[in-house]
Amino acid sequence: MKFLCVGCDQQMTFEERALPGDGTLAATFKCPQCGRVVAMLTNPMETQLVASLGVEIGGRTVPAQPLETVRKMVATGRDDAFEDGSREHGARSSMSWSAEALERLDRVPNFVRGMVKKIYADYARERGVAEITPAIMDSARSELGLEGM
Amino acid sequence: MRTYHDLTASDRSGLPQQIAAQRHRVAQRLAGVQRVMAVMSGKGGVGKSYVTAHLARALARMGRSVGVLDADLNGPTIPRLLSLPAFQIPYPEDGVTPALSPEGVRCISMALLLEDGAPLEFKGPTAESFVWRGAMEAAALREFLGDIAWGTLDILLLDLPPGMQRYLELCDILGSAPEVLTVTIPTPESRDAVRRAMRAALDRGSRVVGIVENMVGREFTGTAADDLAKEFGIPVVARIPWHPTPDTWSALGSLL
Repeated sequence: MKFLCVGCDQQMTFEERALPGDGTLAATFKCPQCGRVVAMLTNPMETQLVASLGVEIGGRTVPAQPLETVRKMVATGRDDAFEDGSREHGARSSMSWSAEALERLDRVPNFVRGMVKKIYADYARERGVAEITPAIMDSARSELGLEGM
Repeated sequence: MRTYHDLTASDRSGLPQQIAAQRHRVAQRLAGVQRVMAVMSGKGGVGKSYVTAHLARALARMGRSVGVLDADLNGPTIPRLLSLPAFQIPYPEDGVTPALSPEGVRCISMALLLEDGAPLEFKGPTAESFVWRGAMEAAALREFLGDIAWGTLDILLLDLPPGMQRYLELCDILGSAPEVLTVTIPTPESRDAVRRAMRAALDRGSRVVGIVENMVGREFTGTAADDLAKEFGIPVVARIPWHPTPDTWSALGSLL
């Protein structure tokens, strides 16, 4: 899908994506010539269809994770199907988590927890953060668009 | 006013590039797989999973490196047929390590991921879920192909559910038509359904390597396999009795 500013005859460019958490998606596009901004709003069914294609409007903020769609989207996954990520390799294994952050992580379903943990750890490591706190998790969610996780 | 194809500026979303990356991932993952073979039938209940699992076990006993992808996402049975031990998927770094059967068959199945007795349900809006459910299942199939560390395999068998949908998804994901082994039972009803499946597979460019006739003898009488072989010029590679021996499967394996 593309957006055309009819007045300027210019292809509009992607600006921002938001997942409000109610199953809908909002994406804004801007005309590079006149600056007009339009928002594309999708209903839950349309949002789901995009998610099922394994693509992200606005581009990927996190590299594709193994079995990402399955882990994010299967509702009847077995709790112990995956190891929980406690055996992360390399620098990630030394990542420190505050008690509050771990408590919050514990609320993530097991089926997806390992993947979510890795994404937060990568985010913190890339920014030189020594300890993951709820504030860092909030930043990552907002910056990386993890609202769906 | 310009139309879609007139707008050629790159976009930050890069959706075509994201799709291309998915295809590349699958191609890379399967680079070490010599043959990809779909076991399919237009008919349900003819024993596709049974044939797939026992063929895989026989090939493994013959020293071949074999993988099985259980593409029957809603009715997965391969782990039980392969006698897979309890398995927890290791923390995935690059690829996900497949489960390993006692005979050395590498396997991935939705049965390894789902709660016992639970159907495959996805998060998302329930109203009119038919709109997106097929795409979600295709995504799962793509991830099973592209995210499992299959390694080097002589053959990857895919156990397909009845009908044609999963086969067509597979062709799209692979970017080419896989080899096909088709399974029927000796009844006219099965023959008619399998005929459609074989026609679709041939139309998409698959090489149909053979027809397996399962449940031969006893109540089922008919000439389904011979009829199909004659019509399509494709050999009947096995006739599986109700109580096959390991030699039955080895004989089939040696033909593939």
